[in-house]
Amino acid sequence: MKRLGIKIILGAAALCMLALPVQAGTYKVGAIFAVTGGASFLGGPEARSAQMVVDAINKNGGINGNKIELIIKDSGANPEKAISFAKQLIEEEKVLAIIGPSTSGESMKIKKIAQQGKTPLISCGAAEVIVNPVASYVFKTPQKDSFAVKKIYAEMKKMGIDKIAVVAGNTGFGKAGKAQLTKIAPEYGIKVLAAETYDKKATDLTALVAKLMANKEIQAVVNWSIVPAQAIIAKNMRQAGWKVPLFQSHGFGNIKYVQAAGAAAEGIIFPAGRLLVADSLPDSNPQKKMLLKYKHDYESRYKEAASTFGGHGYDAMNILVAALEKGGADRGKIRSAIENLHGFPGIGGVFTFSPKDHNGLDINSFAMLTVKDGKFVLYDGK
Amino acid sequence: MTQALFFQYLFAGISYGVIYAIVAIGFNIIYNTTGIINFAQGEFVMLGGMISISLLHYFPLPVAIALAVVITMLVGALIEIIFIRWLDSPSVLRMIIITIGLSILIREVALHIWGESIRSLPYFIGNELTTVSIGPVRISPQVFWVVGVCGIMVLGLSLFFKMTSVGREMRACSANRTAAILCGINTRNMVTLSFMLSAGIGALAGCVMSPITYTQYDCGTSLAIKGFTVAILGGLGNSMGAVAAGILLGIIEAYSVAFVPLAFQDAISITILLIILFVRPHGIFGSSAAARLKEF
Repeated sequence: MKRLGIKIILGAAALCMLALPVQAGTYKVGAIFAVTGGASFLGGPEARSAQMVVDAINKNGGINGNKIELIIKDSGANPEKAISFAKQLIEEEKVLAIIGPSTSGESMKIKKIAQQGKTPLISCGAAEVIVNPVASYVFKTPQKDSFAVKKIYAEMKKMGIDKIAVVAGNTGFGKAGKAQLTKIAPEYGIKVLAAETYDKKATDLTALVAKLMANKEIQAVVNWSIVPAQAIIAKNMRQAGWKVPLFQSHGFGNIKYVQAAGAAAEGIIFPAGRLLVADSLPDSNPQKKMLLKYKHDYESRYKEAASTFGGHGYDAMNILVAALEKGGADRGKIRSAIENLHGFPGIGGVFTFSPKDHNGLDINSFAMLTVKDGKFVLYDGK
Repeated sequence: MTQALFFQYLFAGISYGVIYAIVAIGFNIIYNTTGIINFAQGEFVMLGGMISISLLHYFPLPVAIALAVVITMLVGALIEIIFIRWLDSPSVLRMIIITIGLSILIREVALHIWGESIRSLPYFIGNELTTVSIGPVRISPQVFWVVGVCGIMVLGLSLFFKMTSVGREMRACSANRTAAILCGINTRNMVTLSFMLSAGIGALAGCVMSPITYTQYDCGTSLAIKGFTVAILGGLGNSMGAVAAGILLGIIEAYSVAFVPLAFQDAISITILLIILFVRPHGIFGSSAAARLKEF
């Protein structure tokens, strides 16, 4: 009997110890990012950026005294893994919200799971379908594909280009982009004369360039991918002596591709968030302060150039933090807090969410950029 | 098809093909001494590229490449000594599973060391825009480097295997291991040597092709598949056959772009692999009688 008593006391003590951190207050947040695998250039910076936000907040005492516990799961861009992580985070870890996944494909797979589990999901996938049709618990931070396409076509109209070739990588991003490009082209009176898809692991596109170059009517090429082929196509085109303008998607917003393409990257025109040209923005720009802070914090901590992709993770975490400040540990309140965010400056643009718009960005969140002397600069026409 | 376009495809095909051929030769060397396929061959190519890029911060280009080749050879030796040497007459299947496991291991280690970003060596001559004109065709001088290095390697290897006693000993191990042991050949050392040799060749290939194809932690896998196709196509163990088959596959891929959408390019090489495996498993240039005597 005495032994049992001791056991009970010990047990109670153990329970107290377990319970202590909970009483001190932690907000459990899940994250699913493709830290490894084919989309690691997205997931890596996204996970690091989110962690950076969390560390900074916890260092300053947390949100209203509550620390954030960020549980990062590496999906390797595999939708099946994303599904099981989403279930695990919602059902076992009982997180308040999930940020990520990195890719559109994964996001679409867990859209329903988050909605049914009534857990806010802030995706970092680019595709429009993630928030259209709107699911009340699902949000996303990257700009819509269609904005990027419209930006490019508007620029082409100014340059007097109306016959183009489209090439895209065989990833979800590439396919979605190719579809948007061909769909929106007639609205701007642009004809797509050739549309080709290449493998995401392509290492040389000389033959493709030779084929397209043989069609003398093509006035410009649009490449839509997030793979190293972005640099390869530029190189192969210039090596073949083909001088038509090369447009790229917002996937080109990574200085490493410019370094890889070297001299061939000069003059590439592409739409991107303003992070890449943060220094040259006027002081009146509402994003400028945020962009410079992110760039400085990220680059001094991780010793690598900040990218717009990392910015999607940074935005997702910051939006969630703003919602946690208002909603506390209540998923429903967090959700409505996100929906009511207005004029929230982030890396991708200034977010204004509404019950109908769960992306919160408009076409002006993109600027047209070009490469000059190995650096990104604002494109101001020829 | 215009004449200019014809030659443009031809040269594009040759530059793809030579890269495949170098990877295939790496497969062949290990196959020739051990009778197994080393599926970590593509990772040697990646390591060569990655290490030389890292060393470039401290050394001039030729030294960085030479060091990268030596370091990769050491990695190759280390892998053989740790994972393969102590196995007592392992089955083919077991060896294949081990090498596949190794390729995953090397890739993950590379991911931790170099991260997920793409890197490349600078062009050996000129920059991204420099081209040489041959008639109507413009080619990057780097393609000549790849072709030249490949040519020298094939020549050197066939001389090595035919003329030197070490080379002959290595071939003896593959032909009949028991007989080789009876002749006093240390077969285990020969296997280690073959891993070093193929690692070195892979690494050198990784360096010369890096400016063209770029290097990323997982670039080895797709190269290994193409290289394997070429090795089979040319007849396993046959270096000259690998070069011919490599260029053949490269040219087929390049011309295919003219007739079918580019998306089918890889499907074509896989289809060829399957057809060859069904119809002529000993390859275009191999002999079926010799193939029957082999374990795999």
